[in-house]
Amino acid sequence: MAGTKQNGTGKLAANGQNGYKVIGTRPVRPDGVDKVTGRAVYAADVQMTGLLHGFVLRSPHAHANIRSIDTSKAEALPGVRAVVTAADLPVAEDKIEDLGEGAINLKYLSDNILAHEKALYHGHAVAAVAAVNPHIAQEAAELIEVDYEPLPPVMTVDDALADDAPILLDTLRTDSMGEIGTEKSNLASFFRHQRGDLDAGFADAHLVVDRTYRTETVHQGYIEPHAATALYSADGQIIIWTSTQGSFAVRGQVCEILQIPVSRLKVVPTEIGGGFGGKINVYVEPVAVLLSRKAGHEPVKVVMSRADVLAATGPTSGSNVRVKIGVDANGKISAALAELYYEAGAYPGSPVGAAANVSLAPYAIDNLQVDGYDIVVNRPRSAAYRAPGGTNVAFAVESVVDELAEKLGMDPAEFRVLNGAKENDRRPDGLQYARIGQIETVEAIRDSEHYQSSLEGKYRGRGIASGYWNNWGGQSSATAVLNPDGTVNLNEASTDIGGTRASIAMQLAEAMDIEYEQVKARVVDTDTVSYNDVTGGSRTTFATGLAAYNLGQQLVKEMKDRLADQWDVGAGDVSYEDGVFSAGGESLPFVEAAGLVQREEPLMASSTVHPQDFGPGFSTQCVDVEVDPETGKITILRYTIAQDVGKAIHPSYVEGQMQGGVAQGIGWAINEEYIYDDEGHLLNASLLDYRMPTALDLPMIETILVEVPHPAHPYGVRGVGEVNIVPPAGAIANAVYNATGVRMDKLPISPANLLEAMWAREAEPAELVPGDD
Amino acid sequence: MAKVWIPPLMRSLTDGQQIVEAEGESVRELVAALEERFPGVAERIIDEGRIRPGWTVAVDGAVQNRGLRAAVGPDSEVHFVPAMTGGRTGGRSALPQ
Repeated sequence: MAGTKQNGTGKLAANGQNGYKVIGTRPVRPDGVDKVTGRAVYAADVQMTGLLHGFVLRSPHAHANIRSIDTSKAEALPGVRAVVTAADLPVAEDKIEDLGEGAINLKYLSDNILAHEKALYHGHAVAAVAAVNPHIAQEAAELIEVDYEPLPPVMTVDDALADDAPILLDTLRTDSMGEIGTEKSNLASFFRHQRGDLDAGFADAHLVVDRTYRTETVHQGYIEPHAATALYSADGQIIIWTSTQGSFAVRGQVCEILQIPVSRLKVVPTEIGGGFGGKINVYVEPVAVLLSRKAGHEPVKVVMSRADVLAATGPTSGSNVRVKIGVDANGKISAALAELYYEAGAYPGSPVGAAANVSLAPYAIDNLQVDGYDIVVNRPRSAAYRAPGGTNVAFAVESVVDELAEKLGMDPAEFRVLNGAKENDRRPDGLQYARIGQIETVEAIRDSEHYQSSLEGKYRGRGIASGYWNNWGGQSSATAVLNPDGTVNLNEASTDIGGTRASIAMQLAEAMDIEYEQVKARVVDTDTVSYNDVTGGSRTTFATGLAAYNLGQQLVKEMKDRLADQWDVGAGDVSYEDGVFSAGGESLPFVEAAGLVQREEPLMASSTVHPQDFGPGFSTQCVDVEVDPETGKITILRYTIAQDVGKAIHPSYVEGQMQGGVAQGIGWAINEEYIYDDEGHLLNASLLDYRMPTALDLPMIETILVEVPHPAHPYGVRGVGEVNIVPPAGAIANAVYNATGVRMDKLPISPANLLEAMWAREAEPAELVPGDD
Repeated sequence: MAKVWIPPLMRSLTDGQQIVEAEGESVRELVAALEERFPGVAERIIDEGRIRPGWTVAVDGAVQNRGLRAAVGPDSEVHFVPAMTGGRTGGRSALPQ
């Protein structure tokens, strides 16, 4: 095997690997002290003189025309400084623009901030108030009179595609790769990947499994609610302090919504308490700006409640997925079909495109078809969530793969090795893979002590599953200032969610052959560096790390050139090794050189990158579960994840990403779901009723880092943040089957859903339950 | 000549062919060459002078930041695929061209 494996937390060498001095070590993150002492400033912590407080009034209906809004009583309440509605927003064009976070129809973007003529989900913002304190703001909001005409809600894919379905968006027509439909529709777009001869592949199959699965809407569940403070100064300059995955994405969206030039808006990112894709779209930022302007240029802070976050920010899509796979007598896949129906929420833009690529990516398949449908429903506009769309479809594919392996009498790991994708195979959209590590992750699980151990006991079962994520490159900018004492200030604009200040600083330190502690990394605002894409797509350590590597190369080269001038030698005669510059009889340690080379002119470097060649990630996971046959409760007994991580820059943070993705995947698999009543009201908008896993629900998640370096990065980095959430639902479903004999066709595998399925199975003719002794 | 993988929803324009050979040193030239042989192809791929929003082009396995201006070699393999970014993904999103 080409890659190296390191099993378990804390088992890497202390001083890096493969000749690296900094990469592969586990230094303390620069933001650690502030966070553990409570000094870190999050968005809701922002305070300033004259600060007003905003409150957003939200629709009580899932689908309703807005006939009128009367704000007069709210405006008259003492302490109220401003009231805004959609009438305060500029008229948005019905036009698609690229805003860095992806293409978006500007009218839809604006409508989601404050509803214009229609409320499209329970919790849709319709008006907002700024007042001298939050209580008056809330009281005033409750005085706003909105005349609604309720309409029938459209809550699911099936509702939306019914012949007589109410239409959510009057101007929406189905886009089939540029062929625009003529009829009004809730189907926003349709696309297809197809290669080979599907019919022939299925005709040749020895065995075919064809199943349909349902998954529910789930939320990212970041702990810090959205919050933003805006100051619209009298001179027209605007500052927003906010918790975001991308300060430039906020700038782009707010400027587009409010139709102001980017030069008038500075976005200052605060520390962030989780995002997972959910803090890319703006919600309260434009509202705070409008309120600040209308309130006489006073600063306004808007903080979402937990209920607001769950009801009105982007969760990820619920879906219906059909998967049909055929295999020959030897277990080789002969054909595969996947049909993906994804709920986009109120406006187009579900992650079905990414899901299509995830779907069958771990497997080498000659005859393949994947159809994707993006469908609007009366739920909040969907947002990215860690490997967007991947978990839904992998649950379906990995369940079918497990069933095929069982019916063939094959070990499920060996089935995945036999059919595993490798270099030069094609992913679902037809692109060829470069060097990838899918098979290595399966082998790592197959050979693990966990998989090789026996699992005893009734109602206990083991399952495995694989997953893929595309990753991303994106644009990054950074600057580095060399200080005379030999430290380096690293300024970058990638929001640090999972320790990226450390992982980026480590790459700069490695490139300059200096200590990690000599690099002072900070995340800066939109006026300080050039454009920078969001922290998302597992791109930050890869792309911003590449920018940091370039900075290091530039600084060392310039130091060599200046020392050559000082020492009166040729530019190419100065060498730099083990932190010491030397030429002829001269030599100087880095720290002293840093002062010498700046006596006449300061030294800094800048780098911008937009890498195209980003390596995808794969993960295979193994889980043991125990099912309580009386309650349907699933206990996770043991969990092991193997992931192709490229080169682990900071192994602890890589392991943390892997464990975090699995933890979220477990919640998605066994508990989390949006629950609506028949009128489209969200019934569980609190963390008591929207059940995310806690530390008490999870075992220690064991990690196996499979290092297959990415050939297009100087240190072999691949994104590691997302693929880990793709396999858990499939792995757990397969384990539940082995524990109970029930193959679940929907998520979550909650106690109620599992009991119902177990009772239905008991009503069927008797058959040996795999978990029975 | 470069091999262009025709998206399935456009194969009605290429007589059902999955892969078509075409000549050109850039994606823009390839599309022009395709348009000559298969009228209607360009309109489906290009919108307001750029790759249609929500889609992107990949040459030899790598998604191209330069879009229509991306270079194409004589043996290149070219795909038009749904774009995926770090945030929103899917049929309505696009990489900056």
